[in-house]
Amino acid sequence: MRPKLKFLSSDLIKKIFAEGIDVLENIGVELNNPELLSLLGDHGARIDVDKSRAYIPEPLVNKALKSVPNSFALFDTLGQQTHDFRKYNIHFTPGSAALNILDHKTQKIRKPLTEDYIQYTKVISSLENIASQSTALIPIDVVGNIADSYRLYLSLMFCDKPVVTGAFTIKAFEIMKDLQLAVRGTAAALKEKPLTIFSCCPTSPLKWSDVTSQNLADCARFSIPVEFISMPLSGLVAPVTLTGTLIQHTAETLSGVVISQLVNPGTPILWGGSPAAFDMRYETTPMGAIETMMIDCACNEIGKFLNIPTQAYISLSDAKLLDAQAGLESGIGATLASLAGINNISGPGMLDFESCQSLEKLVLDNEIAGMCLRLVDGITPREDFPILPLLEELLKEDHLLISSHTRKYLKQEHYFPGPAIDRANRERWAEEGSLTLGERAHNEVNRMLAEYKPTSLPDTVKSDLKNRMQAEAVNNGQENLPALD
Amino acid sequence: MEILTQVSMALQEGDDQQVSTLINTLLEEGVKPEKIIDKGLIAGMDIIGIKFKAHEIFLPDVLLAAKAMEIGMEKLKPLLSLSSTTVIGKIVLGTVHGDLHDIGKNLVAIMLKGAGFEVIDLGKNVEPKYFVETALKAQADIIGLSTLLTTTMPVMKNVVDLLRKSDSSRNVKVIIGGAPTSKEFALDIGADAYAFDAVSAVDRIKILALS
Ligand code: B12
Repeated sequence: MRPKLKFLSSDLIKKIFAEGIDVLENIGVELNNPELLSLLGDHGARIDVDKSRAYIPEPLVNKALKSVPNSFALFDTLGQQTHDFRKYNIHFTPGSAALNILDHKTQKIRKPLTEDYIQYTKVISSLENIASQSTALIPIDVVGNIADSYRLYLSLMFCDKPVVTGAFTIKAFEIMKDLQLAVRGTAAALKEKPLTIFSCCPTSPLKWSDVTSQNLADCARFSIPVEFISMPLSGLVAPVTLTGTLIQHTAETLSGVVISQLVNPGTPILWGGSPAAFDMRYETTPMGAIETMMIDCACNEIGKFLNIPTQAYISLSDAKLLDAQAGLESGIGATLASLAGINNISGPGMLDFESCQSLEKLVLDNEIAGMCLRLVDGITPREDFPILPLLEELLKEDHLLISSHTRKYLKQEHYFPGPAIDRANRERWAEEGSLTLGERAHNEVNRMLAEYKPTSLPDTVKSDLKNRMQAEAVNNGQENLPALD
Repeated sequence: MEILTQVSMALQEGDDQQVSTLINTLLEEGVKPEKIIDKGLIAGMDIIGIKFKAHEIFLPDVLLAAKAMEIGMEKLKPLLSLSSTTVIGKIVLGTVHGDLHDIGKNLVAIMLKGAGFEVIDLGKNVEPKYFVETALKAQADIIGLSTLLTTTMPVMKNVVDLLRKSDSSRNVKVIIGGAPTSKEFALDIGADAYAFDAVSAVDRIKILALS
């Protein structure tokens, strides 16, 4: 049986949903995008042009909900399926778009460079419990206008896994779509085998900027999957109560559902978000707060109620170093998210409120993810009934180490974490250098970098990607991109 | 208790009505508005700042006090003699071009208003030219720049450069903030100050306004 975690009764879910609908009808959303505003108007929303506001009636929401796919898959650069977003399936993805990287050598944060990004893609390639890459760092050695597309380019060049990403401007969507077309060949092939998910953020409270709403519409036109990242902050730009925050998140996310499905019915979406508590002492948005995690899990319950696959920013930490706080916040988050069945769990690697990536933390979080994947597999009776023959064998042999039952089920029943997780006895641990978690994780990073093999994406595709990116750079005033070795 | 102390206490409790009433009494008694600001309102806000840093009170308490401060200032501002030097200054605030994050900037604006500053909030996604033109036209003392994106950090430098070109006397100071920025970055681009949160922003800006 798969263990499951629930915070909301079905009555409460229905009430939250109804309240969300009420909000959309009566307060509406500000949508700073005239074209989309009139699209909504054409389909029955009441529009206040002066205020750029759309009041979305319930029938329009219900119609949109009908065309949302209940599941969808992702495929790596080679076309192999990697994800199946449905029901309680879980997949982990690194926290995205960090401002900084934690440099293991100096234990200080700094702005990332191209070489950091490449190292990141190589590490991700090795982490078997992290199903996708995200465009997790913003290298500062390219001009700002291509910072978003350049990350996607590096990801596609160095790692096969599908990519969770997003654009920073309206214009950048074009090249970010073209890079995907270079990999898949045609728009039809890309639609059939999605390669990326774009994060599109409404602005709390109840607003869509021109950039993020246009990104959403552009993705929908190409059937590129979208995850909505609504970020109500409890007590600051959302009600302080968890239920109030959930209602606001529901309304904001539903408005995104409506836009996506109006532009292109059937566009795959994740009911996602990065809602958070707001710490009134430090003026920060703690992702490691237990309330943040509770809201994340509960949002996912509302997504499940609507039969839409889900996502959340959870299993990350506010700690500044790879310390015990980093482990505990990430571990609690990942565990709760897994039990709640959040389909795309965004967080691994991340420290400092979604703003700092760490390669060493990715290695640790890969282990947390491994444990969680095992956890949700639950306890299943195998050849355990009747137990008498097995126990008779044990009594006869004194152990079951080489029993066929053991050999058959050992790896199915037990997850064996890598060397970042210390399970040696004390003497062996001492003999092997008394290494800390950070040092063990760093050794793993080094091993992965040394063992990295280039992806099997054909050279023709790689040079196509390179040419497109180079042209984009030149268009944006950068003659030469950093060398990729 | 001295009435000035009562003003400070009422402000700390966020009781704007009481602040208003007490100010009236003081004015009737002939106390100078400058003194009411200094020994009443600002004294109260200073204690609020200390208590906030010590986690004795939380942001909502600070905002309530700031609101009371704002109301007190509105009353007193028209009465200030032109020559009087109070710490109050004028600040042009905004999130730089290309960036739509404004939660942190808004919080800074709220706190500054509370501390008695006149805030001209240009919103988000603001062109460098607009910052500089507005500051010069309004004779502002300070420009406050916010950004949350790595990619828009260079825009802050553009604003500083443009300002220095247009304001050779260096009358207008620049303070920056937002997650990707830092003290070092502020130095690098020639800004005058940096603050990591709204409460410390007020402290820094007070110092800037005085200098
Ligand atoms: C909330 C949020 C959003 C909200 C913003 C809502 C709004 N109205 O602002 C939404 C969901 C809309 C959003 C959108 C996006 N976001 Co965002 N967002 C955040 C998040 C989680 C929190 C920011 C916040 O509000 N914090 C709370 C406030 C109170 O704190 P603060 O902003 O730091 O401000 C304080 C101080 O910095 C200081 N301060 C701030 N300004 C100033 C100014 C002065 C003068 C002074 C003195 C001090 C000062 O005082 C403030 C009060 O304490 C950050 C991550 C993070 N933790 O920082 C990401 C983050 C900044 N976002 C990010 C991204 C990528 C985006 C998007 C591009 C995503 C997308 N693809 O759509 C878009 C932006 C599009 C654009 N062109 O701008 C990245 C940035 C990546 C990078 N390297 O540049 C971050 C780091 C998250 C991440 N890892 O992905 N985001």
